[in-house]
Amino acid sequence: MERLHALVCAGTGCTSSQSALIIERLNEELVKFNLQDEVKIVKTGCFGLCQKGPIMAIYPDKIFYCHVSVDDVPEIVSEHFYKGRPVKRLELSDIDEITKEKIFEISKIRFYAKQKRVALRNCGVINPEDINEYIAKDGYQALGKVLTQMTSQAVIDEIKRSGLRGRGGGGFPTGIKWQFAADQTSDEKYVICNADEGDPGAFMDRSILEGDPHAVLEAMAIAGYAIGAKHGYVYIRAEYPIAVERLKIAIKQAEKLGLFGKDILGTGFEFNVEIRLGAGAFVCGEETALIMSIEGKRGMPNPKPPFPAIKGVWGKPTIINNVETFANITQIIINGADWFRSMGTNKSPGTKVFALGGKIVNTGLVEIPMGTTLREVIYEIGGGCPNNKNFKAVQTGGPSGGCLTEKDLNTPIDFDNLTALGSMMGSGGMIVVDEDNCMVDVARFYMEFICDESCGKCTPCRIGTKRMLELLTDLCEGRGSLATLDELESLGNSIKETALCGLGQTAPNPVLSTMRLFKDEYLAHAVDHKCPAGVCKNLLTYSIDPLKCKKCSLCAKNCPVDAISGEVGKTVFTIDAAKCIKCGACLTNCRFNAVIRG
Amino acid sequence: MKSLAELEKLRDITKKKIELRDGDCDYRIVVGMATCGIAAGARPVLNALIAEATEAEYSCTIAQTGCIGMCTLEPLVEVFDKNGNKTTYVLINPEKAVEIMREHIGKGNIVEKYTVGSVKR
Ligand SMILES: Cc1cc2nc3c(=O)[nH]c(=O)nc-3n(C[C@H](O)[C@H](O)[C@H](O)COP(=O)(O)O)c2cc1C
Repeated sequence: MERLHALVCAGTGCTSSQSALIIERLNEELVKFNLQDEVKIVKTGCFGLCQKGPIMAIYPDKIFYCHVSVDDVPEIVSEHFYKGRPVKRLELSDIDEITKEKIFEISKIRFYAKQKRVALRNCGVINPEDINEYIAKDGYQALGKVLTQMTSQAVIDEIKRSGLRGRGGGGFPTGIKWQFAADQTSDEKYVICNADEGDPGAFMDRSILEGDPHAVLEAMAIAGYAIGAKHGYVYIRAEYPIAVERLKIAIKQAEKLGLFGKDILGTGFEFNVEIRLGAGAFVCGEETALIMSIEGKRGMPNPKPPFPAIKGVWGKPTIINNVETFANITQIIINGADWFRSMGTNKSPGTKVFALGGKIVNTGLVEIPMGTTLREVIYEIGGGCPNNKNFKAVQTGGPSGGCLTEKDLNTPIDFDNLTALGSMMGSGGMIVVDEDNCMVDVARFYMEFICDESCGKCTPCRIGTKRMLELLTDLCEGRGSLATLDELESLGNSIKETALCGLGQTAPNPVLSTMRLFKDEYLAHAVDHKCPAGVCKNLLTYSIDPLKCKKCSLCAKNCPVDAISGEVGKTVFTIDAAKCIKCGACLTNCRFNAVIRG
Repeated sequence: MKSLAELEKLRDITKKKIELRDGDCDYRIVVGMATCGIAAGARPVLNALIAEATEAEYSCTIAQTGCIGMCTLEPLVEVFDKNGNKTTYVLINPEKAVEIMREHIGKGNIVEKYTVGSVKR
């Protein structure tokens, strides 16, 4: 019998910090202590707390080890696995707010306390490469239930009643989409899982596929039954090699058990899934472009209607849903629509997964009930901004979204509230910005991304976004004026109205949103040619306050381009503006606050 | 697999294999494995417990812990039921361990003669 399971995260984050080597070493050490039959090492998906990776969870002890290194392995095996003494220094802990004592109980750790894991329920809990572990967690029971006890229409009705809305960004009601496709008569229909995940900073879908691929595959088969489709495609970017590999393994194992293919569970239902690799183009996440790409054509969008549910891949009725949308389906079938509606808000039931990133202590993946406030996510779960810096804004919705600021922190997160505040839910990227970030620069970053990713089919997006980037660059480099701001705004608004697809129609949002919320910062760039956050290098000057200078020469020693001169102990130091590359090394190294950044 | 019944059967088998992660087991057994325990022969006791649990497929987790504080009575085995009630067995050897597994874990009968209360008296 195995008496202890050590689950090691093998998601992309922890894999890049050597979790594969840790697993190898663990197995070697176990043999040394002759524990290989008692202790099982399990490779799992993401635990969410990527900041503290590589992470390892020990059961039945329910202990999490964080920042585990290969060198810690012998101690973990000899002390904990052999003698039963957990290695305290590696244990995940939190400080209790009231007693100020350390707490080790996972459910009380603030990062996890407010989370509710539905889409991520098996991530970090099972081995995604072993279908038996998924089956142990009631895997494929939902498929069994729909095939033996429910009509197709009953499945659609249940999903409609649950109020599930698409997690890929649009928030369209999933049940209604399925109904459209089910109502079509056609010899062939298709189910597509959109795993393109092109938003910079988003890794929700990747983590679900890496941690629990069967949950998505099972849901696709359920969708196939509901709309009358026999074929499914997972469209996933080739840049997600671990997720692709696990999907392949999952499909193979499910086929072998007869859970995919012909006559599934003896019911006569047939369903197959194929993987289609994308080359990692943002526009291919847009559903009509995605269909082109699956058909082997260049990924460019088409006007809608016709909607894919009527005329999709190969001209046949097709539903396209996001990975996370699918990850909720089996739970709705098993637990019922009412259970799902008991979480979240009235118009946005259920949970949402967010990828927390940027200036935040706990970078990682979190799943919260809709209706949780931004404050809870950023401060309680995320731990706030590091180094005691001031929170400035949070960017949601990626290159299609906008910013939310201090005043919005108490707003419950749901589709409609975020839209009303001028941002959007998007697919779940949440990037925190602090006082050291320049909002014009942030807006420029997204516009640069859009220019790279615009497919070029329509003029507003192809040329308009390029012009917007030029205007933003002018602001950042000191060539801006009030006219630049007017032009940005009017150009942004006309692109929104005239672009062909969602990419162009939403591309100006980050700019327009930051212009509205951080007008002063834009004015400082346009009129005074200054960057208050000290980011836009061309707008910065460094000088040394002669009254504060102690003639110590530390600044000069640290200057990489020898732009600072003076004599130790004799003369005050000065910076040659012509040579200065504005790296800020003098500012960080001066002990007397004598360096002035203006 | 040709039916839902077959899938359910497979689920019940596989569930047992990951039961210890869910904490749904009926009993939690803990063996004192500090230096005192190991010196007194706790390791063979642990092995015997595991072997018996494997064979009979009992619903339990077996773990070790550090010094329980009664070093003269090692090897020590503690059994916790689902409600957290604790039974402490002392001076255990592999044979006694097997007996405890069969009686206490298998049938739910506490083996009074090996409990700390009886031994001390
Ligand atoms: C430029 C652009 C990129 C998109 N990228 C994605 C993506 O990466 N993943 C995704 O699920 N949906 C993406 N979408 C939304 C899809 O077009 C589509 O609405 C979605 O996959 C539908 O699934 P859902 O209803 O389950 O959310 C994108 C849309 C646009 C306009």
